[in-house]
Amino acid sequence: MTSAVLFRKVSRHFGPVRAVDGVDLDVGAGEFFAMLGPSGSGKTTCLRLIAGFEQPTAGHIEIFGERAEGVPPYRRNVNTVFQDYALFPHLNILDNVAYGLMVKGVGEVERMKAAEQALEMVKLPGYGRRRPGQLSGGQRQRVALARALVNKPKVLLLDEPLGALDLKLREQMQEELKSLQRALGITFVFVTHDQGEALSMADRVAVFNNGGIVQQGSPQDIYRRPKSRFVADFVGSSNLLPPDVMVSLGGERRWASLRPEAVRLASEGPEALVENVSFLGSATRLAVDLHRTRLHVMLPAGAEVPAVGAPVRLAWSAEDIHYMDDAA
Amino acid sequence: MTALTVGKPHSSILAGRGGFAGALSDAFWRHPKLLLLLMLAPPLLWLGIIYVGSLLALLMQSFFAIDDFSGVVSYEPTLATYGQLLTGTNLDIILRTVLMAALVTLTSAIIAFPIAYYAARYAKGRWKAFFYLGVMLPLWSSYLVKIYAWKLILAKEGIVTWIFAKLNLSFVLDAILSLPVVGGNSLSVSYLGTFLVFVYVWLPYMILPTQAALERVPRNLIEASADLGATPRQTFRTVLLPLALPGIVAGSIFTFSLTLGDYIIPQIIGSSRLFIGQAVYAQQGTAGNVPLAAAFSVVPIVIMGIYLTVAKRLGAFDAL
Repeated sequence: MTSAVLFRKVSRHFGPVRAVDGVDLDVGAGEFFAMLGPSGSGKTTCLRLIAGFEQPTAGHIEIFGERAEGVPPYRRNVNTVFQDYALFPHLNILDNVAYGLMVKGVGEVERMKAAEQALEMVKLPGYGRRRPGQLSGGQRQRVALARALVNKPKVLLLDEPLGALDLKLREQMQEELKSLQRALGITFVFVTHDQGEALSMADRVAVFNNGGIVQQGSPQDIYRRPKSRFVADFVGSSNLLPPDVMVSLGGERRWASLRPEAVRLASEGPEALVENVSFLGSATRLAVDLHRTRLHVMLPAGAEVPAVGAPVRLAWSAEDIHYMDDAA
Repeated sequence: MTALTVGKPHSSILAGRGGFAGALSDAFWRHPKLLLLLMLAPPLLWLGIIYVGSLLALLMQSFFAIDDFSGVVSYEPTLATYGQLLTGTNLDIILRTVLMAALVTLTSAIIAFPIAYYAARYAKGRWKAFFYLGVMLPLWSSYLVKIYAWKLILAKEGIVTWIFAKLNLSFVLDAILSLPVVGGNSLSVSYLGTFLVFVYVWLPYMILPTQAALERVPRNLIEASADLGATPRQTFRTVLLPLALPGIVAGSIFTFSLTLGDYIIPQIIGSSRLFIGQAVYAQQGTAGNVPLAAAFSVVPIVIMGIYLTVAKRLGAFDAL
């Protein structure tokens, strides 16, 4: 299978700052790929390297098998949905969407038709005459999407596409983006710092930290088997168990992670103290103190909820303890 | 806590501030428009009466005419003065001035854009300060001093002639000066010299608004344009220029109207032919023909009115 995007030992340094350092990346054709990481981790720079806004200091980039180093952004069949949408304020919505076709010399009638169709695809038919300033954030986001997709890119890049939307709209857009991607079969690469977004939408996730990828894999894989404390901490609300605690629980002297929903209240097992109770609707989350380590326990709806300050006993199955690569 | 309590203990509303200032604060808070009115009244009075009033008085003057025999203004409304304005030498003066103002504006815009673009996009910190200093510094010295300095620079014995001679390029300068109309005996007595000094003197007024407009163009719009397949040339034409246009138009209002009204530069540097400003000066002074002077000064106002209307039609202010 050809890779849509291939990075080999790619670095981008800004003076002494190593924004991206020796990254290997392999995005499959037609894949929904997420780059997840905190701000300053290098994920956005990687996206800009694919778009062509940045050139690598070292390394090799291929887009569908063709070398991309030194190729300007306007010669790449790759389009971007910008974080703040970057719609042209002096053009109306239809001209915004038709812009890419206009600069490539597509005739007026044809490009307006294509732009109308693209607006229909993002559920904004008839909005063409309006100005970007007259639309809401969610509508502008859809226009940005239409403006990119009308060019039929080989790869669509999305930079924190849902960051500025409120929760309800965000969840709706997540589903729409996912079904749009499935319908069009275009490779989507999107950057986010929201692990929920990455896990729910992506086929594969790369977790970034300090200019490099610390783990790549399916969302399930990354969630269940984080390689390091950083990944466990950043990706999930996983409990981190220090080596000392692991020893006192009868385990190995290594860092381990334990998902909150894998912990049960039981009549046998290590004793902990309930410190806080949060009702989440579908479940109840307890914060408990176990050997001076704070753990979260997810109780399913309907379970009996202990009071704050009450002692409880915890249980989990051995296979839910996941040891990580960090030094003890 | 007790130390902090003001007025009655446990009261949720604090006592009013005493005295006139306190009452005034409360009154302004209740009637915010009162404060606005108070702040706007002095400038509105100034602009309304002293400025617009005298402008109207001037406009009225232009509808009177001078009696050819007595040389006294007769206060009967007539269009005779305008008839006089649009004939022969007077029309030449208008056309000469408008053409000069247009060329100065166009040249200023072309020179200013790259400078403004650099300052808005690339200059940071120290370099930005250097840019502002470089652009503003000429504005700190006297206008007359600068013009006399240019007279010396452009004179036949001046540094420009000397440099061309040192470079063995005197024939180039001679060729330029032998051009019909724009040439002359030396740069300091040619239209070319007037043009150069106008461009020099008004350039900052073009750079600063252009730079301000470019500064407001988000960088990601330029990236979005490239991302959608536009070459740098296309991006300039379809994104950068339309968005910078309000700034360029603002700058051109300065350069255009300042050139239209100036009467000192063409008097010191250039041929002896008159520009509008000089005509106004001569008509209201030595010639004592105030109506014609008034009619001349209406010309720049009308031209600017037409200019702004056309600019608006062309969508220069759409991005505001």
